[in-house]
Order: sequence, then structure tokens, then C-alpha cells
Amino acid sequence: MSYVKEKATITLTVNGETHELEVGPGPSQVAPWHTLAQTLRETLGLTGTKIGCDHGGCGSCTVLVDGKAILSCITLSVECDGKSVTTIEGLGSPPGRAPDPIQQAFIDHTAFQCGFCTPGIIMASKALLEKTPSPHESEVKDALSGHFCRCISHYHVVRAVMAAAKKGS
Amino acid sequence: MATKYRFIGKATPRKDALEIVQGKAQFIDDVKRPGMLCGKVLRSPYPHAGILKIDTTKAEALPGVRAVLTYKNVPDWKGGVPRHVKVLDNKVRFVGDGVALVAADTEEQANKALEQIEVVYEELPAVYDVEEAIQPDAPQLYEEFPRNLVPTNVKVFGPKTLSNVVMGDVDKGFKEADFIGEGTYAYENVANPLPLEPPGVIAEWQGPDQLTVWSATQSASWHRFIMVSKMGFPDIRAISTHCGGSFGSKNYSAQPLFYAAALSKVTGKPVKVMYTKEEQFGAFVLRLGSRFRGKVGIKKDGTVTAVSGEWFVDTGAFSDMAQAQVAVGCGEAQLMLRCANWDLQTKLVLTNRSASGVVRGFGGQELESAFHPILSIAMEQANLDPVEFFKKNYVKPGDGYYWREGNWWVCRGKDYSKAVVEGAKAFKWKDKWKGWLVPTAVDGSKRVGVGVGVHGNADVGEDDSEAYVRLNPDGTAVIHACVSESGMGQRSSLCKMAAEVLQIPLERVDMTPPDTLINPFDFGLVGSRGTYAVGSAVIAAAEDARRKILEVASSVLHAPPEELETTDGKVYVKTKPDSPVPWSRITGIMQTCTGFGRFTPDYSVPNFLILFVQVEVDIETGKVVLQHVVAATDAGQVIDPPSLEGQIYGSFGSAGTDTAIFEESVTDRKNGHLLNMNMIDYKWRTFSDLPEFRNVILETGIPSHRFKAVGVGEIATSPGPSAVLMAASNAVGKRLCEYPLTPEKILKALGKIKGA
Repeated sequence: MSYVKEKATITLTVNGETHELEVGPGPSQVAPWHTLAQTLRETLGLTGTKIGCDHGGCGSCTVLVDGKAILSCITLSVECDGKSVTTIEGLGSPPGRAPDPIQQAFIDHTAFQCGFCTPGIIMASKALLEKTPSPHESEVKDALSGHFCRCISHYHVVRAVMAAAKKGS
Repeated sequence: MATKYRFIGKATPRKDALEIVQGKAQFIDDVKRPGMLCGKVLRSPYPHAGILKIDTTKAEALPGVRAVLTYKNVPDWKGGVPRHVKVLDNKVRFVGDGVALVAADTEEQANKALEQIEVVYEELPAVYDVEEAIQPDAPQLYEEFPRNLVPTNVKVFGPKTLSNVVMGDVDKGFKEADFIGEGTYAYENVANPLPLEPPGVIAEWQGPDQLTVWSATQSASWHRFIMVSKMGFPDIRAISTHCGGSFGSKNYSAQPLFYAAALSKVTGKPVKVMYTKEEQFGAFVLRLGSRFRGKVGIKKDGTVTAVSGEWFVDTGAFSDMAQAQVAVGCGEAQLMLRCANWDLQTKLVLTNRSASGVVRGFGGQELESAFHPILSIAMEQANLDPVEFFKKNYVKPGDGYYWREGNWWVCRGKDYSKAVVEGAKAFKWKDKWKGWLVPTAVDGSKRVGVGVGVHGNADVGEDDSEAYVRLNPDGTAVIHACVSESGMGQRSSLCKMAAEVLQIPLERVDMTPPDTLINPFDFGLVGSRGTYAVGSAVIAAAEDARRKILEVASSVLHAPPEELETTDGKVYVKTKPDSPVPWSRITGIMQTCTGFGRFTPDYSVPNFLILFVQVEVDIETGKVVLQHVVAATDAGQVIDPPSLEGQIYGSFGSAGTDTAIFEESVTDRKNGHLLNMNMIDYKWRTFSDLPEFRNVILETGIPSHRFKAVGVGEIATSPGPSAVLMAASNAVGKRLCEYPLTPEKILKALGKIKGA
């Protein structure tokens, strides 16, 4: 019995806040087949994470799980039990209020057009700069190579990430 | 040179920047209405079939299912031009065509219900080629369109809507020609504009005659004024969320809107129809297919003496905007080529694939990309430098052309020769151009070549725009205009224009949301009309508001209005700038002051963009690499530098330049299925493959706009495809004419592999 009970909930820490979520097929539950993107957007109401393709091909759903940039549309929520998730809403200090330096750099360089890919690109950039605070331009491009931006804001984005890195170093 | 402005021409943060970078900007799938249902579409597995039997009883019995609709019980609304597209029909015409609709409490329930709908189809033969489709024995898509020809003499732009270009005497023109380029070439890879955010619509009825729709759109008003005529009832309130890219395709979303509105009508609840990526790939909007058979005559000095031929336009399973694109394409051809003798005829043809719709380039890119190989043949025979040719032949002030509505316009814009010269200089064209079919450089198996294309559109002043500008006593201003944000930053740029007229800080100018209930009419952000057409309406409204507040101030300050000035929300007598009076004391705190502005169409000012490309072709592997791009234009006056730059960088996105290298919708002609309906198999350029890209933007003001500006955003994609063909041909020393230049096509052309 304790086995069943133990498996009936998952714990997600999202942007520092801990959520205990029931596993099941009901409307407010997390079904075993729910993706992390779905749980973030539909169950927790964090719509800043975007779903562009829902098959892991465009990068727009990128969030950080234990600091690593992952595609939340091909990650099951139940896999994230006990893990710490950071979404675009969790950036800044305080989160969601004053922008993070990487967000500010995107504002300063108008590093977006329609803005739909922006949360994913910012999260991937954040992960890159945490790991590689002074990246070479080619490292920025490689880190973002899975991100689809149809408006072609790439040039502005690279400038913004490089500027944020320069400021941070 | 350019006038010094307080805001215009300076890079300022986008007004919506913070919400975008913080993930707070609301896109369509972020919107929820109370009690909202999920709408899903059952789609055809066959390219052409009749529905013999359809049984929905099992689906209807499932938990959570609120409605199942088929052709038997959907509302009798009709889209298409002329009206021929039913919401659902007893026949399907492409793989992915709508068969049935389901509304359920959850997406999972809706998807389960789709699986339980039983359909018996009668498969019919399908046709995919424009010239096969017009044969008398070809499969017929619609009874009303014999030989699959859609009428082009419809009045989309009034009684004289352009559907061909006929003037002068082509026989005489060809006699005068020293060289003639001739042949049949096609731009038929029907690439997908592919905005990242898939299309979606929420529909909610307030009563039998009042519908509200939310959607992510480029032009909010289309869902009102276009859809009302298709649905035949009084009113639609159309609201646009942030739009995650459009490139034409999401100007409006007729099918999803029909589906959501039909399901909402029968369930009495708000319904969201959000397309999946697969649906966006296979059942939304593709580029037109374009094939041109004809010839062009030129003289030794590059003078064009005649153009004749037939333009086959493949619109897929139905035509919604194709006649408009034919009209604009015919107009744009005349801007590119100054020529006295034309006989360009068009045929608009239906085939069994997902329909074409509005895509950036709007007819012109399609015609030009198919026509260019013929032009190249003529230029090659004459041994003309294409840059000199385009410079000579792009429309000049005083030249005339027929525009989309069929009227003759005389160009009162500018001579863009300087942009050509400056662009060529920045690209080092003269060093790189070695002649036709001659590489710029050879390094082992790698061959470098250069090419060039031009494009222009007289649409900067198309259609109508209206705006109000309201001055509040607290020194702020609000623009009321129905303008969406789909990436151009146009809402911010309009605020800049109003701030400049009113001389108040940019932070104090705001704008109403794109909602047809609260705004006057605006046609939307189509073509490159944002700066010139919408901008002029907003400027006129701001000027009107300024004039009005100075009139009221006149009695407070005891001076005639012309002696007054307003800055930072305060009015003063010009000779006494030290005693300003705030607007609150002019109007009182309980009154506002509102100005109105209207722009009416003017097609006399074409814009222009020339695109230089350098490609490297590996003759061993067949790989084409876009190395270097220079785009040159003359914007008159830049409003917001990063926004304009972004628009021009966009030339290789949204089914633009890369349609000559790798972008295509691949159809299996055995069964009509698209084979690359996902983000892996549909190829797109990544951050790691960015070409070096330089913009050369001149600012030669045009007098007919307050800030001397013209828009250029839309046209950035159009000159790219043909420029790449030219560059790759020069690189390998052989004429390449097929889009896209995949390794297979290159190697086939070089005789290294056998043709299929």
C-alpha cells in the first residue's frame, strides 16, 4: 500500500516553489503521459514556456531542469519527480519582476521580433552562460542551434548573449 | 542629411520588450475562456475522395464529447474566391482536408472521439501538376470550375482587378530585341512560411448574431471584415493576441475560425481550435506554386523590349487570396522591368494538395522566381552585368505601371540607383562578378559564385487606415488603431511617430489592444504598409489632436494657436517657453482631446530592395552554402533601426532565400501525402549556419510622408531565391534552374549522378 501511495504523487520544485502533484488521469492531476511543458502550462499556469512544435524540433519549450537546458515537450512530468525546474517566469531578481541581465540584454538589443521563440532562447542562453560565462561567438551559436526563429532575430540574439556575457564577466 | 528627430531613427526598447523577455506576452494558446472546450479536426487520409458514409454515433457517446459535426450538420458558410470552400464538404480534396469536427472538455477526449468516427471513402484520382490539371480529362476538384481553372476575373480589388499585363505591341517589341530569353521554368516547391506559433482561434458567441474571436493574427480586422462576408451574418468582434510570427499566413485563419465558430455555435460554449505543427505543415498555408512559360526580349544595352508568356499559378485545393496575389504579382513584374510591350497571361489552377494562402512575397516572389531563369538567359546572351541591368530597368520616377486594382499609376517615388550602387560597393560586386557561368573563386571541389536579385512593391500605401489619438490631461497619449504585433515592432514604431508629433516622452504614449470593437478600421500589417499607410493615419491623428489642444489653449494662454507650441504635455507661447501650462489646465482634468487621422490608398510610391548573395558549391557533394549576403534599400527615413534590420535579416526565413537551397514541402505523388511535416524533416537554417549578412540602408527622404519614410519589410524574402540560382549557376559554370538546389539536383546537373 505504501508503494502505491508513494507513487501517487510527484514533487516538482518550479522557480523555487514546491508543488506536490497527484498522478492520475483526472483534470487537475498529472497523467503519466503528460509532458513537462503541458504540466507547466496547463496545470501550473506558467504559460511563458511555449510549445512551438510539440515534438522536440524547435527549442521553444526549453526550460532548466536541475540547471540543464532541456526540451520540456519531450520530457515527461513524472520523470521530473524531485527535480528543480526553472522557467522564464523564474528569471530575474525578484523572479518575474526586475529582469535578469540576460533578459535585459535581449531588451537592449531588440533580440526578438515576434517573441515566441524568446523564452526558450533565453533559457538556453542562461544555461550556457552559467556553464561558460565567457563564451566564444561560435559557442553561443552552437548552444542555440536547436532553436527555430523564423523571423530571423539570430544576429540580434548573438549580439545580446555576447553583451550579457561581457557584462557578467 | 536627415532631419534630427527626438525619437525617430533612434533605437529604443520595444514597448512590449519586458513582457516578451519575461514570458508574459499572451499568445493565442495562452488564452483561456471560462468553460472553454477543445476543438479538433478529423482529416482526410486521401488526396481526393468522396465521403460515402460517415457515422459519428460512437464518438458522440464518449465522455466529455459535446459536439461532433460533419458536412451534414455544419453551418452553411463559404470561403474562397469566388465562394467555393465549405466548412466541411462531402468530398475531400487533399490529404489533411477537414472531414469532421469534435468539441470536447479536454484535448484527450477530443482526440479519442476523432478515432471513433467511422468514414467510408470512395477514392478518386488526384492531380498535382498545373498543366495536367487543366487537361479536359483531368480529375475535377469542383464542379463549378471546369478544367480546374479558378476564375481570375473576380473583383477582389474592384472591377478592373489585374489578372494579366497587356500593353504595347509584343510582336514589334520582339523584333526590336537583340536577344531573346525563352523557356519554361518553375518555382513550385510550395514552401511553408512556417511561423513558430501554430495558428489557433477561440470562438465564443454572445448571441445568434454576435461572435467574438480571439486569434494570433497579423491583421486583426481581417477576421471581422473578411469573415463577416463569408459567414453572412451581422457582426464579429475580432481580437488579436500577440502573434508568434505570421509572414502573411496568419493574416487570417479562415478554416480554424470556421471550425471554432461552428463548434461554439452548437455547444453554446467558447471553443479553441489550436492547430498542431503537423496541421500547420499540412493543412494551413503554403506558398503558391508558380510556373512561367514565355520569353523576354532585350537589346544589347539592356533595354527590355518585350515580355510575353503564360503564368500558371497553382493554388492547391482551393483559392482564397490567389487572385489578389496574381494581381500584385502582375504589378510587381512591371516595377522590376521597365518595358513598353507586355503580353503576360495568367491561369489559376487547382490541384490536390493543401491550399496556398497569403505568404510574404505575395505573388511577386513566385512570379519573379519562375521568370528569372528566362531573364538570366537573355542577360547571359547579351553578356550584361545583372546589377547594371537591374539598375537600369527598375521603375523610375515618371514611369507608369498598372497596379493590382487595374489603374495606371505614375511613379512619384525615387530613383533607387544609388541603393544599387551602394549595395554593390558593400558586396564588392565588381571584384566578385566574373561574368555569366564563371565562378568567382575555385578551391579544389569548392566553387564560389555570386548572384543578385531585386524586388519592389507599390503596396507601401495600400488600403485604408484610420486612427484616433487621444490626449489625456496627465500628459499622456493613447493611439486607437487596430494594429497587431506579429514581429515587426510596428506598434512601438507607431508610438514613436505619435511621440515625435506630440513631443512627449515615448513612455507616455500607449496604444489600445488590437480589437475591432474599440478601434477604427485598419487594413492591417500587410505588404510593407505599416510605416507609410498606418503611420500616416496615426501621424494625421496626432497632428489633429495637437491642433485641437492648441486651439483650446489659445483661450487659456490668450494667443493664437499658431503662436503656441506643446512639449512634454505642456503648452506655451513660442516666445515665452519659460511659462508652460500643462494639458490638465488646458482641458481640465475631466476632458480629453481626440484627433482623427485617415489614410487612403496611394500606389505611386514603390519600395525597393536589392539582394546580393555569395554561395559556395561543393561539386563533389553538391552542397550549397550561403556565405555572404548584402541587402541594400532606401527607406527614406529609418523609424527604428533594429526593427528594420530584423525585417531585412528575415530574407532567408519565412520561405524566402532558403527556398532556393533546401526549403520545400515534399509531396509523395503516389498518395498525396506530405513527407516532411515536422521540424526535423522540413529543413531550416540554424544559428550555426548563419551567413555573413550586411544591410545597406539609405535614407533619401520622400516628401509624401511626414518623416519621409517608406516601408520595406515585406519584400526582403523575394529577391533571394532567384539570386541564389544565379550565384550557384555561376559557381558551377552551368545553368541551374530548379528550386531548391539540393545536393541531388546539383550533382544531376553536373552529370555526376543519373536523373530519377
